[in-house]
Amino acid sequence: MLLVDKLNIIFGHGKAKNHALKDVSFSVKKGESFGLVGESGSGKSTVLNCIAGLLQNWTGLIEVDGKTVHRRKRPIEFYRRVQMVFQDPYGSLHPRHTIDKTLKEPVAIHRLGNGNDRVAQVLKEVGLDPKFRFRFPHQLSGGQRQRVAIARALILEPEVLLLDEPTSALDVSIQAEVLNLLQDIREQRNLTYILVSHNLAVVSHMCENVTVMNRGQIVEKITKQQLQQDTPQNQYTRQLLLASRGYDRQAIDQFKEY
Amino acid sequence: MNTENLLTVTNLNITFPSPKGDVSAACGVSFSLGKEKIGIVGESGSGKSVTGRAILRLLPPYAQVVCDEIRFKGEDLLTLSEKEMRRIRGKEISMVMQDPKYSLNPVRTVGHQIMEAYTIHRRVSQKEAKEKTLEMLAAVQIRNPKQVYNLYPHEVSGGMGQRIMIAMMLIPEPSLLIADEPTSALDVTVQLQVLAILDDLVTTRGMGLILISHDLELVASFCDRVIIMYGGRIMETINAADLHDSTHPYTRGLLNCLPKIEGGSTRLPVLKRDASWLDAHYNQHITGGSDASG
Ligand SMILES: Nc1ncnc2c1ncn2[C@@H]1O[C@H](COP(=O)(O)OP(=O)(O)O)[C@@H](O)[C@H]1O
Ligand SMILES: Nc1ncnc2c1ncn2[C@@H]1O[C@H](COP(=O)(O)OP(=O)(O)O)[C@@H](O)[C@H]1O
Ligand SMILES: [Mg+2]
Ligand SMILES: [Mg+2]
Repeated sequence: MLLVDKLNIIFGHGKAKNHALKDVSFSVKKGESFGLVGESGSGKSTVLNCIAGLLQNWTGLIEVDGKTVHRRKRPIEFYRRVQMVFQDPYGSLHPRHTIDKTLKEPVAIHRLGNGNDRVAQVLKEVGLDPKFRFRFPHQLSGGQRQRVAIARALILEPEVLLLDEPTSALDVSIQAEVLNLLQDIREQRNLTYILVSHNLAVVSHMCENVTVMNRGQIVEKITKQQLQQDTPQNQYTRQLLLASRGYDRQAIDQFKEY
Repeated sequence: MNTENLLTVTNLNITFPSPKGDVSAACGVSFSLGKEKIGIVGESGSGKSVTGRAILRLLPPYAQVVCDEIRFKGEDLLTLSEKEMRRIRGKEISMVMQDPKYSLNPVRTVGHQIMEAYTIHRRVSQKEAKEKTLEMLAAVQIRNPKQVYNLYPHEVSGGMGQRIMIAMMLIPEPSLLIADEPTSALDVTVQLQVLAILDDLVTTRGMGLILISHDLELVASFCDRVIIMYGGRIMETINAADLHDSTHPYTRGLLNCLPKIEGGSTRLPVLKRDASWLDAHYNQHITGGSDASG
Protein backbone atom coordinates (compact mmCIF):
# COMPACT_ATOMS: atom_id res chain seq x y z
CA MET A 1 0.00 0.00 0.00
CA LEU A 2 2.78 2.38 0.94
CA LEU A 3 6.46 2.36 0.13
CA VAL A 4 9.10 4.73 1.42
CA ASP A 5 12.59 4.30 -0.01
CA LYS A 6 15.74 6.21 0.96
CA LEU A 7 13.83 9.18 2.26
CA ASN A 8 16.15 12.06 3.14
CA ILE A 9 15.49 15.59 4.26
CA ILE A 10 17.79 18.37 5.35
CA PHE A 11 16.61 21.42 7.26
CA GLY A 12 18.61 24.64 7.46
CA HIS A 13 21.96 25.62 6.03
CA GLY A 14 25.57 25.96 7.11
CA LYS A 15 26.06 25.65 10.83
CA ALA A 16 22.33 25.10 11.39
CA LYS A 17 22.20 22.26 8.87
CA ASN A 18 20.15 19.39 10.20
CA HIS A 19 20.04 16.12 8.27
CA ALA A 20 16.74 15.12 9.89
CA LEU A 21 15.99 11.97 7.88
CA LYS A 22 18.76 9.70 6.65
CA ASP A 23 17.84 6.98 4.17
CA VAL A 24 14.57 6.05 5.84
CA SER A 25 13.03 3.06 4.06
CA PHE A 26 10.03 0.91 4.92
CA SER A 27 6.92 -0.54 3.37
CA VAL A 28 3.42 -0.97 4.72
CA LYS A 29 0.95 -3.55 3.46
CA LYS A 30 -2.68 -2.78 2.83
CA GLY A 31 -4.63 -3.12 6.05
CA GLU A 32 -1.48 -3.16 8.15
CA SER A 33 -0.95 -1.07 11.25
CA PHE A 34 2.66 0.07 11.08
CA GLY A 35 4.30 1.55 14.15
CA LEU A 36 7.04 4.14 14.26
CA VAL A 37 8.57 4.73 17.67
CA GLY A 38 11.42 6.91 18.92
CA GLU A 39 12.30 9.73 21.26
CA SER A 40 11.49 13.34 20.51
CA GLY A 41 13.41 14.81 17.61
CA SER A 42 14.11 11.40 16.07
CA GLY A 43 12.21 12.36 12.91
CA LYS A 44 8.89 10.53 13.31
CA SER A 45 6.65 13.50 12.52
CA THR A 46 8.94 14.51 9.67
CA VAL A 47 8.39 11.11 8.03
CA LEU A 48 4.62 11.57 8.21
CA ASN A 49 4.86 15.16 6.99
CA CYS A 50 6.81 14.06 3.91
CA ILE A 51 4.25 11.36 3.12
CA ALA A 52 1.33 13.72 3.67
CA GLY A 53 2.86 16.40 1.43
CA LEU A 54 3.25 18.93 4.26
CA LEU A 55 7.01 18.95 3.59
CA GLN A 56 8.28 19.06 0.04
CA ASN A 57 12.04 19.39 -0.03
CA TRP A 58 12.75 15.72 0.57
CA THR A 59 14.57 13.31 -1.70
CA GLY A 60 13.91 9.61 -2.21
CA LEU A 61 10.85 7.69 -3.25
CA ILE A 62 7.34 7.54 -1.85
CA GLU A 63 4.76 5.26 -3.47
CA VAL A 64 1.10 4.81 -2.63
CA ASP A 65 -0.56 1.78 -4.21
CA GLY A 66 2.37 1.30 -6.59
CA LYS A 67 2.18 4.87 -7.89
CA THR A 68 4.97 7.35 -7.27
CA VAL A 69 3.92 10.32 -5.17
CA HIS A 70 5.28 13.59 -6.46
CA ARG A 71 6.92 15.96 -4.00
CA ARG A 72 4.73 18.93 -4.88
CA LYS A 73 2.13 18.18 -7.53
CA ARG A 74 -0.29 15.62 -6.23
CA PRO A 75 -3.78 14.88 -7.51
CA ILE A 76 -6.55 16.04 -5.18
CA GLU A 77 -7.52 12.39 -4.88
CA PHE A 78 -4.28 11.78 -2.95
CA TYR A 79 -5.38 14.24 -0.28
CA ARG A 80 -8.59 12.31 0.14
CA ARG A 81 -7.05 8.87 0.32
CA VAL A 82 -4.29 9.77 2.78
CA GLN A 83 -5.37 11.55 5.97
CA MET A 84 -3.44 12.72 8.98
CA VAL A 85 -4.43 13.01 12.66
CA PHE A 86 -2.25 15.13 14.93
CA GLN A 87 -1.31 14.94 18.59
CA ASP A 88 -2.91 18.16 19.70
CA PRO A 89 -6.55 18.14 18.69
CA TYR A 90 -6.96 21.65 20.03
CA GLY A 91 -4.31 23.13 17.80
CA SER A 92 -5.55 21.29 14.74
CA LEU A 93 -9.22 22.30 14.97
CA HIS A 94 -10.35 25.80 14.01
CA PRO A 95 -11.38 27.44 17.30
CA ARG A 96 -14.24 29.47 15.82
CA HIS A 97 -15.74 26.77 13.63
CA THR A 98 -18.44 24.48 14.97
CA ILE A 99 -17.80 20.75 14.72
CA ASP A 100 -20.39 20.66 11.93
CA LYS A 101 -18.49 23.27 9.93
CA THR A 102 -15.12 21.62 10.57
CA LEU A 103 -16.44 18.32 9.25
CA LYS A 104 -18.28 19.75 6.24
CA GLU A 105 -15.32 21.72 4.96
CA PRO A 106 -13.32 18.74 3.58
CA VAL A 107 -16.53 17.28 2.14
CA ALA A 108 -17.05 20.50 0.18
CA ILE A 109 -13.42 20.73 -0.95
CA HIS A 110 -13.53 17.21 -2.31
CA ARG A 111 -17.07 17.68 -3.69
CA LEU A 112 -18.32 14.48 -2.11
CA GLY A 113 -21.84 15.82 -1.54
CA ASN A 114 -24.31 14.63 1.10
CA GLY A 115 -22.60 16.74 3.77
CA ASN A 116 -25.36 16.50 6.37
CA ASP A 117 -25.68 12.75 6.20
CA ARG A 118 -21.93 12.25 6.20
CA VAL A 119 -21.49 14.38 9.30
CA ALA A 120 -24.23 12.57 11.18
CA GLN A 121 -22.84 9.20 10.13
CA VAL A 122 -19.23 9.93 11.02
CA LEU A 123 -20.11 11.41 14.41
CA LYS A 124 -21.88 8.18 15.19
CA GLU A 125 -18.92 6.16 14.02
CA VAL A 126 -16.49 7.95 16.32
CA GLY A 127 -18.91 7.74 19.23
CA LEU A 128 -19.81 11.41 19.56
CA ASP A 129 -23.34 12.30 20.63
CA PRO A 130 -25.21 14.36 17.99
CA LYS A 131 -25.58 17.14 20.57
CA PHE A 132 -21.91 18.03 20.02
CA ARG A 133 -22.45 18.76 16.36
CA PHE A 134 -23.00 22.50 16.72
CA ARG A 135 -20.54 23.10 19.51
CA PHE A 136 -17.09 24.67 19.31
CA PRO A 137 -13.80 22.88 20.10
CA HIS A 138 -13.36 24.66 23.45
CA GLN A 139 -16.68 23.23 24.62
CA LEU A 140 -15.33 19.70 24.20
CA SER A 141 -12.95 17.65 26.32
CA GLY A 142 -9.56 16.59 24.97
CA GLY A 143 -10.82 13.11 24.15
CA GLN A 144 -13.90 14.46 22.38
CA ARG A 145 -11.73 16.83 20.33
CA GLN A 146 -9.54 13.94 19.26
CA ARG A 147 -12.68 12.08 18.17
CA VAL A 148 -13.58 15.10 16.04
CA ALA A 149 -10.09 15.08 14.50
CA ILE A 150 -10.52 11.39 13.69
CA ALA A 151 -13.99 12.07 12.29
CA ARG A 152 -12.58 14.81 10.07
CA ALA A 153 -10.09 12.32 8.64
CA LEU A 154 -12.69 9.57 8.21
CA ILE A 155 -15.34 11.68 6.54
CA LEU A 156 -13.34 11.60 3.31
CA GLU A 157 -13.34 7.79 3.29
CA PRO A 158 -9.55 7.56 3.22
CA GLU A 159 -7.48 4.41 2.80
CA VAL A 160 -4.44 5.45 4.81
CA LEU A 161 -4.40 7.20 8.18
CA LEU A 162 -1.19 8.85 9.36
CA LEU A 163 -1.53 9.09 13.13
CA ASP A 164 0.98 11.39 14.83
CA GLU A 165 0.96 10.74 18.59
CA PRO A 166 -2.86 10.61 18.51
CA THR A 167 -3.23 9.90 22.23
CA SER A 168 -0.15 11.51 23.75
CA ALA A 169 -2.03 14.52 25.06
CA LEU A 170 -4.81 12.46 26.61
CA ASP A 171 -5.34 10.93 30.04
CA VAL A 172 -4.80 7.17 30.04
CA SER A 173 -8.49 6.34 30.44
CA ILE A 174 -9.32 8.51 27.42
CA GLN A 175 -6.32 7.09 25.55
CA ALA A 176 -7.80 3.60 25.98
CA GLU A 177 -11.09 4.74 24.46
CA VAL A 178 -9.40 6.40 21.49
CA LEU A 179 -7.09 3.43 20.85
CA ASN A 180 -10.11 1.10 20.92
CA LEU A 181 -11.90 3.40 18.50
CA LEU A 182 -8.92 3.42 16.14
CA GLN A 183 -8.76 -0.39 16.21
CA ASP A 184 -12.47 -0.73 15.50
CA ILE A 185 -12.37 1.69 12.59
CA ARG A 186 -9.39 -0.03 11.03
CA GLU A 187 -11.16 -3.36 11.16
CA GLN A 188 -14.44 -2.02 9.83
CA ARG A 189 -12.94 0.02 7.02
CA ASN A 190 -9.86 -2.10 6.29
CA LEU A 191 -7.68 0.97 6.75
CA THR A 192 -3.89 1.14 6.66
CA TYR A 193 -2.26 2.95 9.57
CA ILE A 194 1.08 4.48 10.24
CA LEU A 195 1.05 5.16 13.96
CA VAL A 196 3.76 7.37 15.39
CA SER A 197 4.38 7.50 19.12
CA HIS A 198 7.13 7.93 21.67
CA ASN A 199 5.29 5.37 23.79
CA LEU A 200 6.49 1.84 23.13
CA ALA A 201 3.49 0.27 24.85
CA VAL A 202 1.03 2.18 22.67
CA VAL A 203 2.83 1.18 19.49
CA SER A 204 3.21 -2.46 20.46
CA HIS A 205 -0.44 -2.60 21.47
CA MET A 206 -1.61 -1.22 18.15
CA CYS A 207 0.91 -2.56 15.64
CA GLU A 208 2.19 -5.90 14.41
CA ASN A 209 5.41 -4.35 13.17
CA VAL A 210 7.38 -1.77 15.06
CA THR A 211 10.12 0.34 13.54
CA VAL A 212 12.46 2.16 15.90
CA MET A 213 13.98 5.50 14.92
CA ASN A 214 16.83 7.46 16.46
CA ARG A 215 18.39 10.68 15.18
CA GLY A 216 16.73 10.50 11.79
CA GLN A 217 17.61 6.89 11.12
CA ILE A 218 15.83 3.60 11.41
CA VAL A 219 17.75 1.56 13.95
CA GLU A 220 15.64 -1.58 14.03
CA LYS A 221 12.51 -3.18 12.63
CA ILE A 222 10.96 -5.72 14.97
CA THR A 223 7.73 -7.58 15.29
CA LYS A 224 5.44 -7.20 18.25
CA GLN A 225 6.34 -10.75 19.27
CA GLN A 226 10.05 -10.02 19.37
CA LEU A 227 9.37 -6.95 21.44
CA GLN A 228 7.29 -8.95 23.88
CA GLN A 229 9.88 -11.67 24.25
CA ASP A 230 12.41 -9.01 25.12
CA THR A 231 14.83 -9.86 22.36
CA PRO A 232 15.49 -6.72 20.36
CA GLN A 233 18.92 -6.92 18.74
CA ASN A 234 19.65 -3.25 18.80
CA GLN A 235 21.11 -1.73 21.97
CA TYR A 236 19.09 1.45 21.61
CA THR A 237 15.84 -0.51 21.33
CA ARG A 238 16.82 -2.54 24.38
CA GLN A 239 17.38 0.63 26.36
CA LEU A 240 14.05 2.07 25.23
CA LEU A 241 12.33 -1.14 26.27
CA LEU A 242 14.04 -1.14 29.64
CA ALA A 243 13.11 2.49 30.24
CA SER A 244 9.48 1.76 29.34
CA ARG A 245 9.34 -0.77 32.18
CA GLY A 246 9.51 1.92 34.87
CA TYR A 247 12.04 3.11 37.40
CA ASP A 248 14.97 0.86 38.24
CA ARG A 249 17.82 2.73 39.91
CA GLN A 250 20.54 0.26 38.85
CA ALA A 251 19.43 0.07 35.24
CA ILE A 252 19.62 3.84 34.85
CA ASP A 253 23.37 3.92 35.49
CA GLN A 254 23.82 1.75 32.40
CA PHE A 255 21.94 4.16 30.12
CA LYS A 256 23.98 5.46 27.22
CA GLU A 257 23.45 8.17 24.65
CA TYR A 258 22.84 6.77 21.20
CA MET B 1 11.63 4.93 55.54
CA ASN B 2 9.36 7.43 57.29
CA THR B 3 10.64 7.36 60.80
CA GLU B 4 10.31 11.08 61.41
CA ASN B 5 7.18 12.99 60.45
CA LEU B 6 7.83 15.97 58.19
CA LEU B 7 4.46 17.12 56.92
CA THR B 8 0.87 16.48 57.86
CA VAL B 9 -2.00 17.87 55.82
CA THR B 10 -5.38 17.53 57.48
CA ASN B 11 -8.68 18.08 55.69
CA LEU B 12 -7.59 20.39 52.90
CA ASN B 13 -10.43 21.88 50.88
CA ILE B 14 -9.92 24.17 47.88
CA THR B 15 -12.72 25.89 46.01
CA PHE B 16 -12.55 28.17 42.98
CA PRO B 17 -15.54 30.48 42.70
CA SER B 18 -16.96 30.68 39.20
CA PRO B 19 -20.06 32.28 37.69
CA LYS B 20 -21.28 28.81 36.75
CA GLY B 21 -20.96 27.61 40.33
CA ASP B 22 -18.03 26.90 42.58
CA VAL B 23 -15.47 24.33 41.49
CA SER B 24 -14.30 22.06 44.26
CA ALA B 25 -10.68 21.40 43.31
CA ALA B 26 -9.75 19.53 46.48
CA CYS B 27 -12.01 18.08 49.12
CA GLY B 28 -11.04 16.52 52.44
CA VAL B 29 -7.45 15.86 51.40
CA SER B 30 -5.39 14.46 54.27
CA PHE B 31 -2.00 12.80 54.24
CA SER B 32 1.33 12.86 55.97
CA LEU B 33 4.87 12.07 55.05
CA GLY B 34 8.31 11.62 56.50
CA LYS B 35 11.69 11.43 54.83
CA GLU B 36 10.32 9.40 51.97
CA LYS B 37 9.11 9.60 48.41
CA ILE B 38 5.39 9.93 48.09
CA GLY B 39 3.57 10.17 44.78
CA ILE B 40 0.35 12.00 44.03
CA VAL B 41 -1.22 10.45 40.95
CA GLY B 42 -4.42 11.13 39.08
CA GLU B 43 -5.83 12.24 35.77
CA SER B 44 -5.78 15.85 34.67
CA GLY B 45 -7.96 18.06 36.82
CA SER B 46 -7.96 15.64 39.75
CA GLY B 47 -6.46 18.25 42.06
CA LYS B 48 -2.79 17.24 42.22
CA SER B 49 -1.26 20.62 41.44
CA VAL B 50 -3.60 22.63 43.64
CA THR B 51 -2.80 20.31 46.53
CA GLY B 52 0.94 20.83 46.01
CA ARG B 53 0.54 24.57 45.67
CA ALA B 54 -1.72 24.90 48.69
CA ILE B 55 1.06 23.57 50.91
CA LEU B 56 3.26 26.49 49.90
CA ARG B 57 0.36 28.94 49.75
CA LEU B 58 0.98 29.48 46.05
CA LEU B 59 -2.63 29.43 44.89
CA PRO B 60 -4.15 32.58 43.34
CA PRO B 61 -5.80 34.88 45.90
CA TYR B 62 -9.33 34.06 44.72
CA ALA B 63 -8.87 30.39 45.62
CA GLN B 64 -10.78 29.59 48.81
CA VAL B 65 -8.69 27.35 51.02
CA VAL B 66 -10.19 25.78 54.12
CA CYS B 67 -7.93 23.44 56.00
CA ASP B 68 -7.58 22.09 59.54
CA GLU B 69 -3.80 22.14 59.50
CA ILE B 70 -0.69 21.93 57.36
CA ARG B 71 1.86 20.93 59.94
CA PHE B 72 5.45 21.10 58.80
CA LYS B 73 8.18 20.16 61.30
CA GLY B 74 5.75 20.81 64.12
CA GLU B 75 4.70 24.25 62.89
CA ASP B 76 1.24 24.92 61.41
CA LEU B 77 1.94 26.71 58.13
CA LEU B 78 -1.61 28.06 58.10
CA THR B 79 -0.81 30.32 61.04
CA LEU B 80 2.28 31.89 59.46
CA SER B 81 2.37 35.40 58.03
CA GLU B 82 3.22 35.95 54.37
CA LYS B 83 6.69 37.07 55.45
CA GLU B 84 7.23 33.89 57.44
CA MET B 85 6.02 31.85 54.47
CA ARG B 86 8.77 33.37 52.34
CA ARG B 87 11.28 31.86 54.75
CA ILE B 88 9.63 28.46 54.32
CA ARG B 89 9.48 28.66 50.53
CA GLY B 90 12.73 27.71 48.93
CA LYS B 91 14.67 27.27 52.13
CA GLU B 92 12.51 24.65 53.83
CA ILE B 93 10.17 23.52 51.08
CA SER B 94 10.92 23.88 47.37
CA MET B 95 8.72 23.29 44.36
CA VAL B 96 9.79 22.20 40.87
CA MET B 97 7.31 22.76 38.04
CA GLN B 98 6.82 20.90 34.79
CA ASP B 99 8.33 23.32 32.33
CA PRO B 100 11.68 24.84 33.32
CA LYS B 101 11.46 27.38 30.50
CA TYR B 102 8.68 29.21 32.34
CA SER B 103 10.29 29.04 35.75
CA LEU B 104 13.70 30.38 34.74
CA ASN B 105 14.39 34.02 33.96
CA PRO B 106 15.25 34.08 30.24
CA VAL B 107 17.69 37.01 30.40
CA ARG B 108 19.93 35.76 33.20
CA THR B 109 22.44 32.94 33.06
CA VAL B 110 21.45 29.73 34.76
CA GLY B 111 24.50 29.95 37.00
CA HIS B 112 23.41 33.31 38.34
CA GLN B 113 19.93 32.10 39.04
CA ILE B 114 21.07 29.02 40.94
CA MET B 115 23.54 31.08 42.92
CA GLU B 116 20.85 33.59 43.83
CA ALA B 117 18.62 30.82 45.12
CA TYR B 118 21.44 30.08 47.55
CA THR B 119 22.50 33.59 48.60
CA ILE B 120 18.94 34.75 49.17
CA HIS B 121 18.77 32.52 52.23
CA ARG B 122 22.40 32.60 53.33
CA ARG B 123 25.15 35.11 54.05
CA VAL B 124 28.10 33.73 52.14
CA SER B 125 30.85 35.19 49.99
CA GLN B 126 30.43 35.40 46.21
CA LYS B 127 33.22 32.88 45.78
CA GLU B 128 31.72 30.38 48.18
CA ALA B 129 28.30 30.71 46.52
CA LYS B 130 29.77 30.11 43.10
CA GLU B 131 31.63 27.04 44.29
CA LYS B 132 28.46 25.71 45.85
CA THR B 133 26.59 26.35 42.57
CA LEU B 134 29.14 24.42 40.52
CA GLU B 135 28.99 21.63 43.07
CA MET B 136 25.21 21.53 42.77
CA LEU B 137 25.36 21.44 38.96
CA ALA B 138 27.70 18.48 39.24
CA ALA B 139 25.33 16.82 41.72
CA VAL B 140 22.53 16.89 39.14
CA GLN B 141 24.84 15.09 36.70
CA ILE B 142 25.78 18.03 34.53
CA ARG B 143 29.13 17.05 33.10
CA ASN B 144 30.55 20.49 32.37
CA PRO B 145 29.28 22.73 35.17
CA LYS B 146 31.60 25.65 34.37
CA GLN B 147 30.28 25.95 30.82
CA VAL B 148 26.66 25.40 31.78
CA TYR B 149 26.99 28.07 34.48
CA ASN B 150 27.25 30.73 31.76
CA LEU B 151 24.41 29.51 29.55
CA TYR B 152 21.03 31.19 29.18
CA PRO B 153 17.85 29.13 29.64
CA HIS B 154 17.10 28.99 25.89
CA GLU B 155 20.51 27.45 25.26
CA VAL B 156 19.84 24.27 27.22
CA SER B 157 17.87 21.14 26.28
CA GLY B 158 14.71 20.09 28.09
CA GLY B 159 16.49 17.46 30.15
CA MET B 160 19.27 19.82 31.15
CA GLY B 161 16.77 22.60 31.91
CA GLN B 162 14.99 20.33 34.33
CA ARG B 163 18.28 19.37 36.00
CA ILE B 164 19.07 23.06 36.36
CA MET B 165 15.67 23.66 37.96
CA ILE B 166 16.32 20.84 40.39
CA ALA B 167 19.75 22.25 41.20
CA MET B 168 18.15 25.62 41.87
CA MET B 169 15.46 24.15 44.09
CA LEU B 170 17.84 21.95 46.04
CA ILE B 171 20.72 24.34 46.61
CA PRO B 172 19.08 25.92 49.70
CA GLU B 173 18.94 22.35 51.05
CA PRO B 174 15.19 22.17 51.70
CA SER B 175 13.78 19.39 53.85
CA LEU B 176 10.91 18.83 51.46
CA LEU B 177 10.75 19.01 47.69
CA ILE B 178 7.42 19.16 45.86
CA ALA B 179 7.97 18.20 42.23
CA ASP B 180 4.95 18.82 40.00
CA GLU B 181 5.28 16.68 36.86
CA PRO B 182 8.99 17.52 36.80
CA THR B 183 9.78 15.12 33.99
CA SER B 184 6.55 14.77 32.03
CA ALA B 185 7.87 16.76 29.07
CA LEU B 186 11.04 14.68 28.81
CA ASP B 187 11.91 11.54 26.89
CA VAL B 188 11.53 8.41 28.95
CA THR B 189 15.26 7.71 29.39
CA VAL B 190 16.01 11.31 30.37
CA GLN B 191 12.98 11.26 32.64
CA LEU B 192 14.39 8.28 34.53
CA GLN B 193 17.84 9.86 34.76
CA VAL B 194 16.35 13.01 36.31
CA LEU B 195 14.33 10.92 38.75
CA ALA B 196 17.48 9.01 39.71
CA ILE B 197 19.12 12.32 40.64
CA LEU B 198 16.16 13.19 42.87
CA ASP B 199 16.21 9.70 44.34
CA ASP B 200 19.89 9.92 45.25
CA LEU B 201 19.46 13.35 46.80
CA VAL B 202 16.51 12.17 48.86
CA THR B 203 18.65 9.32 50.15
CA THR B 204 21.85 11.25 50.83
CA ARG B 205 20.18 14.32 52.34
CA GLY B 206 17.30 12.67 54.11
CA MET B 207 14.80 14.84 52.27
CA GLY B 208 11.10 14.26 51.80
CA LEU B 209 9.75 14.25 48.25
CA ILE B 210 6.24 14.71 46.92
CA LEU B 211 6.19 13.66 43.28
CA ILE B 212 3.11 14.77 41.37
CA SER B 213 2.49 12.79 38.20
CA HIS B 214 -0.15 11.38 35.91
CA ASP B 215 1.96 8.26 35.32
CA LEU B 216 0.79 5.60 37.75
CA GLU B 217 3.27 2.90 36.76
CA LEU B 218 6.21 5.28 36.88
CA VAL B 219 5.26 6.59 40.31
CA ALA B 220 4.65 3.10 41.64
CA SER B 221 8.14 2.01 40.57
CA PHE B 222 9.76 5.15 41.97
CA CYS B 223 7.95 6.12 45.18
CA ASP B 224 7.51 4.50 48.57
CA ARG B 225 3.83 5.34 48.80
CA VAL B 226 1.21 6.56 46.36
CA ILE B 227 -1.78 8.83 46.87
CA ILE B 228 -4.39 8.34 44.16
CA MET B 229 -6.66 11.30 43.49
CA TYR B 230 -9.85 11.62 41.52
CA GLY B 231 -12.21 14.59 41.37
CA GLY B 232 -10.33 16.45 44.10
CA ARG B 233 -10.57 13.52 46.53
CA ILE B 234 -8.06 10.99 47.68
CA MET B 235 -9.27 7.60 46.51
CA GLU B 236 -6.62 5.74 48.45
CA THR B 237 -3.13 5.97 49.87
CA ILE B 238 -1.23 2.80 49.25
CA ASN B 239 2.28 1.38 49.58
CA ALA B 240 3.81 1.39 46.12
CA ALA B 241 4.64 -2.29 46.45
CA ASP B 242 0.95 -3.08 46.98
CA LEU B 243 -0.37 -0.95 44.16
CA HIS B 244 -0.94 -3.82 41.76
CA ASP B 245 -3.02 -5.59 44.39
CA SER B 246 -5.20 -2.55 44.97
CA THR B 247 -8.89 -3.30 45.24
CA HIS B 248 -10.07 0.26 44.67
CA PRO B 249 -12.06 0.25 41.42
CA TYR B 250 -10.58 3.56 40.27
CA THR B 251 -7.00 2.40 40.81
CA ARG B 252 -7.79 -0.89 39.13
CA GLY B 253 -9.47 0.93 36.25
CA LEU B 254 -6.41 3.14 35.72
CA LEU B 255 -4.02 0.20 35.79
CA ASN B 256 -6.15 -1.92 33.46
CA CYS B 257 -6.67 0.69 30.76
CA LEU B 258 -2.93 1.05 30.10
CA PRO B 259 -1.67 -0.63 26.94
CA LYS B 260 1.05 -3.10 27.84
CA ILE B 261 4.04 -4.27 25.86
CA GLU B 262 3.37 -7.82 27.02
CA GLY B 263 -0.34 -7.55 26.29
CA GLY B 264 -2.25 -8.68 23.24
CA SER B 265 -4.04 -6.41 20.82
CA THR B 266 -7.43 -6.97 22.28
CA ARG B 267 -9.58 -4.02 23.21
CA LEU B 268 -8.42 -2.14 26.27
CA PRO B 269 -10.78 -2.19 29.24
CA VAL B 270 -12.20 1.29 29.58
CA LEU B 271 -12.67 3.06 32.87
CA LYS B 272 -16.25 3.21 34.07
CA ARG B 273 -16.54 6.14 36.41
CA ASP B 274 -18.74 5.88 39.45
CA ALA B 275 -20.26 8.86 41.24
CA SER B 276 -19.91 7.08 44.57
CA TRP B 277 -16.11 7.41 44.34
CA LEU B 278 -16.59 11.02 45.33
CA ASP B 279 -18.31 9.97 48.53
CA ALA B 280 -15.88 10.18 51.44
CA HIS B 281 -17.33 7.14 53.20
CA TYR B 282 -16.97 5.01 50.10
CA ASN B 283 -13.19 5.37 49.97
CA GLN B 284 -12.76 4.76 53.68
CA HIS B 285 -14.77 1.61 53.35
CA ILE B 286 -12.91 0.33 50.28
CA THR B 287 -9.41 0.89 51.55
CA GLY B 288 -10.18 0.01 55.16
CA GLY B 289 -9.44 3.50 56.42
CA SER B 290 -5.85 4.37 57.14
CA ASP B 291 -3.88 1.52 55.58
CA ALA B 292 -0.77 3.33 54.43
CA SER B 293 -1.45 6.83 55.64
CA GLY B 294 1.98 7.17 57.19
N1 LIG C 1 9.67 22.20 9.58
C1 LIG C 1 10.87 22.03 10.14
N2 LIG C 1 11.85 22.93 9.98
C2 LIG C 1 13.07 22.75 10.52
N3 LIG C 1 13.42 21.69 11.27
C3 LIG C 1 12.48 20.76 11.48
C4 LIG C 1 11.16 20.86 10.94
N4 LIG C 1 10.45 19.78 11.31
C5 LIG C 1 11.27 19.03 12.08
N5 LIG C 1 12.50 19.60 12.17
C6 LIG C 1 13.65 19.02 12.87
O1 LIG C 1 13.78 17.67 12.45
C7 LIG C 1 14.11 16.83 13.53
C8 LIG C 1 13.06 15.76 13.70
O2 LIG C 1 11.90 16.36 14.19
P1 LIG C 1 10.50 15.60 14.31
O3 LIG C 1 10.23 14.87 13.06
O4 LIG C 1 9.50 16.59 14.74
O5 LIG C 1 10.81 14.56 15.48
P2 LIG C 1 9.79 13.66 16.31
O6 LIG C 1 8.44 13.77 15.68
O7 LIG C 1 10.37 12.30 16.25
O8 LIG C 1 9.82 14.22 17.70
C9 LIG C 1 14.28 17.72 14.73
O9 LIG C 1 15.65 18.04 14.86
C10 LIG C 1 13.47 18.94 14.37
O10 LIG C 1 13.97 20.08 15.01
N1 LIG D 1 -6.35 29.06 38.99
C1 LIG D 1 -7.46 28.34 38.87
N2 LIG D 1 -8.67 28.91 38.69
C2 LIG D 1 -9.78 28.17 38.58
N3 LIG D 1 -9.81 26.83 38.64
C3 LIG D 1 -8.65 26.19 38.81
C4 LIG D 1 -7.42 26.90 38.94
N4 LIG D 1 -6.42 26.00 39.12
C5 LIG D 1 -7.00 24.79 39.10
N5 LIG D 1 -8.33 24.89 38.91
C6 LIG D 1 -9.29 23.77 38.86
O1 LIG D 1 -9.03 22.92 39.93
C7 LIG D 1 -9.13 21.55 39.55
C8 LIG D 1 -7.85 20.81 39.88
O2 LIG D 1 -6.80 21.36 39.10
P1 LIG D 1 -5.30 20.87 39.18
O3 LIG D 1 -4.88 20.72 40.58
O4 LIG D 1 -4.49 21.79 38.32
O5 LIG D 1 -5.38 19.44 38.49
P2 LIG D 1 -4.19 18.41 38.15
O6 LIG D 1 -4.53 17.18 38.89
O7 LIG D 1 -4.28 18.20 36.67
O8 LIG D 1 -2.89 19.04 38.57
C9 LIG D 1 -9.48 21.57 38.08
O9 LIG D 1 -10.87 21.41 37.95
C10 LIG D 1 -9.05 22.92 37.63
O10 LIG D 1 -9.84 23.36 36.54
MG1 LIG E 1 6.63 14.45 16.58
MG1 LIG F 1 -1.21 19.60 37.38
